[in-house]
Amino acid sequence: MSLVGARVLRKEDPNLITGNGQYVDDLQPAGCTSMVFVRSTEAHAKIRSIDTAEALALPGVLAVWTSANVAQLANCPGGLPGLDQPLLAKDIVRFVGEGVAVVVATDRYIAADAAELIIVDYEPLPAVASLSAAMAPGAVVLHEVLGGNTVHFQDFENPLDEAFAAAPRTASLHIVNNRCAPSPIEPNVCLADWGRSGLTLWAAFQAPHHLRNTIAQYFGIPQDSTRVVAPDVGGGFGAKINFVPEFFLTALLSKEIGKPVKYTQTRSECLVAMLHGRAQEHDASVAFDNDGRILALKLTVTQDQGAYPNGTGMGLPVLTTAMAAGCYRIPAVAISWRNVVTNTTPVAAYRGAGRPEASFTIERLIDLIADETGVDPVEVRRRNFIPVDAFPYATHSPLAMYDSGNFAGALDELLKHVNYDELKKEQEKRRQDPAAKLLGIGFASWLEIAGFGPPGSLEAFGHLASWESAQVRIQPDGSAIIFTGASPHGQGTVTTYAQIAADELGIDFDRISVKHGDTAVVPQGIGTMGSRAVAVGGEGVKTASGRVYENAKRIAAHLLEASAEDIIIEDEKFFVKGTPARSVPWSEVAWKSFQPLELPGGMEPGALDSTVFQQVPNFSFPSGAYCCVVEIDRETGGVNIVNMYLVDDCGTVINPLLVEGQVHGGVAQGIAQALYEHMLYDPSGVPRTSTFMDYLVPAASDLPGYVTGRINTPNPSNTLGAKGVGESGSVGAPPAVVNAVVDALSHLGVKHIDMPVTPIKVWNILEGAK
Amino acid sequence: MIPAQFDYVEATSVADAIRLLAEHGDEAKLLAGGHSLIPLMKLRLVTPATLIDVTHIKELSYIKEEGNNIVIGALTRHRDIEESDLVKKHLPLVAHVAGEVGDPQVRNRGTIGGSLVHGDPAADLPAAALATGATMVIAGKNGERRISAQDFFVDFLETDVQPGEILIAIEFPKHTDAGWAYEKFVRRAMDYSIVGVALQLGAKPGVALVNMSNKPHLAVSASQAIGKGAAIADVLAVINDNTNPPEDLNATVEYRQHLARVLTQRAFATASK
Amino acid sequence: MTIRTAITVNGKDTSREVEARTLLVHYLREELGLTGTHIGCDTSNCGACTVLLDGEAAKSCTIFAAQIHDCHVTTIEGAAQADGSFSPMQEGFRQEHGLQCGYCTPGMIMASTALLTENPNPTEEEIRHALEGNLCRCTGYEMIVNAVRWAAENPNFTSGGVK
Repeated sequence: MSLVGARVLRKEDPNLITGNGQYVDDLQPAGCTSMVFVRSTEAHAKIRSIDTAEALALPGVLAVWTSANVAQLANCPGGLPGLDQPLLAKDIVRFVGEGVAVVVATDRYIAADAAELIIVDYEPLPAVASLSAAMAPGAVVLHEVLGGNTVHFQDFENPLDEAFAAAPRTASLHIVNNRCAPSPIEPNVCLADWGRSGLTLWAAFQAPHHLRNTIAQYFGIPQDSTRVVAPDVGGGFGAKINFVPEFFLTALLSKEIGKPVKYTQTRSECLVAMLHGRAQEHDASVAFDNDGRILALKLTVTQDQGAYPNGTGMGLPVLTTAMAAGCYRIPAVAISWRNVVTNTTPVAAYRGAGRPEASFTIERLIDLIADETGVDPVEVRRRNFIPVDAFPYATHSPLAMYDSGNFAGALDELLKHVNYDELKKEQEKRRQDPAAKLLGIGFASWLEIAGFGPPGSLEAFGHLASWESAQVRIQPDGSAIIFTGASPHGQGTVTTYAQIAADELGIDFDRISVKHGDTAVVPQGIGTMGSRAVAVGGEGVKTASGRVYENAKRIAAHLLEASAEDIIIEDEKFFVKGTPARSVPWSEVAWKSFQPLELPGGMEPGALDSTVFQQVPNFSFPSGAYCCVVEIDRETGGVNIVNMYLVDDCGTVINPLLVEGQVHGGVAQGIAQALYEHMLYDPSGVPRTSTFMDYLVPAASDLPGYVTGRINTPNPSNTLGAKGVGESGSVGAPPAVVNAVVDALSHLGVKHIDMPVTPIKVWNILEGAK
Repeated sequence: MIPAQFDYVEATSVADAIRLLAEHGDEAKLLAGGHSLIPLMKLRLVTPATLIDVTHIKELSYIKEEGNNIVIGALTRHRDIEESDLVKKHLPLVAHVAGEVGDPQVRNRGTIGGSLVHGDPAADLPAAALATGATMVIAGKNGERRISAQDFFVDFLETDVQPGEILIAIEFPKHTDAGWAYEKFVRRAMDYSIVGVALQLGAKPGVALVNMSNKPHLAVSASQAIGKGAAIADVLAVINDNTNPPEDLNATVEYRQHLARVLTQRAFATASK
Repeated sequence: MTIRTAITVNGKDTSREVEARTLLVHYLREELGLTGTHIGCDTSNCGACTVLLDGEAAKSCTIFAAQIHDCHVTTIEGAAQADGSFSPMQEGFRQEHGLQCGYCTPGMIMASTALLTENPNPTEEEIRHALEGNLCRCTGYEMIVNAVRWAAENPNFTSGGVK
């Protein structure tokens, strides 16, 4: 029975459901000390002085550091030269939450007390907390070297003035894609132990090798004695890919003090110190005809970088503009973008990382076109879809060469679940009844770029490379260990890889283990991000397993005195096809693989061990069709999702249970962005949503159930045919939800509402329409 | 995340609590369920020098019928009120509202006394106490005194409990078989209300508003209008009298006033069935 | 100021000298080494720290260890059955993929366990309502609901001690 495609329960679960997971804060090495930050309460200020005397005098305090203590060190890696964040603020703070000092004490309670005793004297400066404030003439400049607050501006190659002038119709939207705080339930946490034999850093991180390479380089120490371990990680969603000062500070302090140093971020800290996501503003224009066919698209993306731009944050608008056209055939597309700094938390990847922003805008434009032309929104989509026979499809962007998809097919599948005509009739009926809640139906035919990625793609974000490593090793007893450079944090990668390997090797699922996250165990790797674990990492597991299997067959053939081509496997026994009675078990093949006297000529011992640095020739292009049905309470403006229908095309499904989980999770975060979450700053740069009381991560009774379906257009870039699905939900859900809300209110002339769609926003619209 | 240091003492009885309050003065706070106090202490917004733990005073946790009243001990947990047959029968509004406080874990620890003394205008139970015309029973070194719920809530997070005193019970007049309703408009189910309306019909009707003022708010004019049998439109016309709704992330003053009207109307429709 | 605790945890009496301000969650994690109970916020919203206190769900981050002498605390480490089988709730989470990163999971399992004690056959709405105090960022909740329903439908689950 093939395990690829099977609903297999997770290997990860027994530890996690019994409280035997090992997250970084669970580690309590002997002598472990606790580090606490003092973080800026000002968005933009000079630091006049920092008084640490009282803190230093507190019994149990081992160190109190400010920037003076790290003056000899470079700024935090990952930033842009001249614009990067110091480990601790030097003379100036640029966002609320920026680290100003650290305290190390023998326990976290004393460290917290000591932090309270540190007095920072700020001289506030004017702050710019929004894109418009940062770009206004005369705005205070965050980084003198820039001269202004624009880090980079990429103008249109051709602004398509003629195409727009000639078009029968045009329409525009200004869209704010709201800043979100990724908020994994486990905040940032790291534990450094720098002793005589080198540095070991445990960190809740998505790319431990990346951290190992970088921290070794940063400190000028060799990588052979530098170890990074990402044990169990409580969610990442992209926010645990960037380097943050705590990694380097805990390491250095550990070296200095001679003890392990642990930093456990609180949630309040996390909301301002863990990188944020989204925070884009779009100016989008579309030219179309009276039948709703799109003739031209023009998109300008302004990306808020926060106070310190970083490689990932700078790359987000590149991805957004590359995917501007979504799944539509648009003859002319013009893109431009601008990266701007503001006195806010730095911005980087958050589930979808640039693609949710793209799909949101194009899907809103589609509905706008429907509204303007009177053509049904489903029909507008159909008229503009890239057809199935058009692949590979070159877009306006060299990054985005779409290779597969059936957008009309996904929509057809979706409409099997949605009683569209009935819903429209109900919608109309309710519009006539002032006592009834309004009904809205919203669609999203979305496409995204994932499976990072082809050579060069991750390098552009600062990573070593874009391959993923897989080593498959057979133990002497015929069990298998897979070592992967992927670094899962909830995805079920261990289970998925064991399924793939079981199929390739013919070894029982329960006799395959997967190791990840520890650079001392897995020598090289890139990490888990950009929906690559299956599409790239899984392919590597398949490739390496296949090579091992070929060698195993040769050994079996030798033992059976047969030809390798005639060997098959069943129930972990190798035999010549047709003669199962004469077999040799995997365990024997494995054992003998180490015994030169048993091996076929030319085969070395240890041949059942293969390492692959798996590359893929292209990104993958997951897509789907979602439909959201909402009800709006006319009197309160309250929005309630009645139904959420989700059809995904992630190519080959390795484990339907896990794929479903990823879709649900991504959709939940997408709905949360659409209706609940907003990382909001006041004009002086002070966050207004700085705890979980105000930053509204929804709970179970705030979210609907999901109806899911699937189509499959295999990914041609790997033999698995899998595209990845981790970020899909967050790409497709927000536009479906907002399209539904706008649809519910369209009879009032509403053209657009920005996220989050709060009750007061809706109420203001309803009042305005009276 | 970590509270400041404090001294910790346990009170074994009401008299003991009063003695300890006198001994430790202004810098002492009573600790009951802790689900209003401890979060504030963890953020160091509140740093009492001494915590007087009253949670082990068993005799303050009870629900009794006394004549025309249901008397609830101050340390009765929200969940016990929610599940009490006596309360469900005679004070269904209070039983329901107790079940609306926070989330299940909060209701397992939080106490009615703790909630009332915290005096948060955005909390649910103060509104229920106001709408039902409850009387607070406060004990001090001079004995017991009583004060109406209306007079009990003085200002933002400030009640009439004086230094050295402890709320020991709440006397609720029975509202058996009278209509009632509680409308709570929230962003997430676990959140404090943006606006809430607690409505008790019957012989002495009361309507109280949540998050519409600097303190828990009894809508006096509206309550009186209902008592006089006014039409709903007339009640709604005065529902916002003397309110001082806050402006915050979720709402403007105008929106809150609008919600107060909408929720009162809905509460009325429910209660009148 | 320090106090001496007297708390039974997972059936074992524990007694430690700790600061009065020691939160129960830190007592469990750091004094007793029971790191299965997690911390996810500092405003008592996320519920990752949920344990059973005398059988009822409670957020251990909002309780001082000093307060609960003579109480019984059950953590995720004490959730399994006497013969070593997963509890029906644990097995339900496994069967229905009610966890991904696992960080909110101990709190979810304990809160759900308390629910079933009080309401052995809850509807979907009742489950969602009972879990209002527990946040998850990974699952979108539907599979957690399914896990609880599985436990409700399989109250006698046992693996005969084999996991």
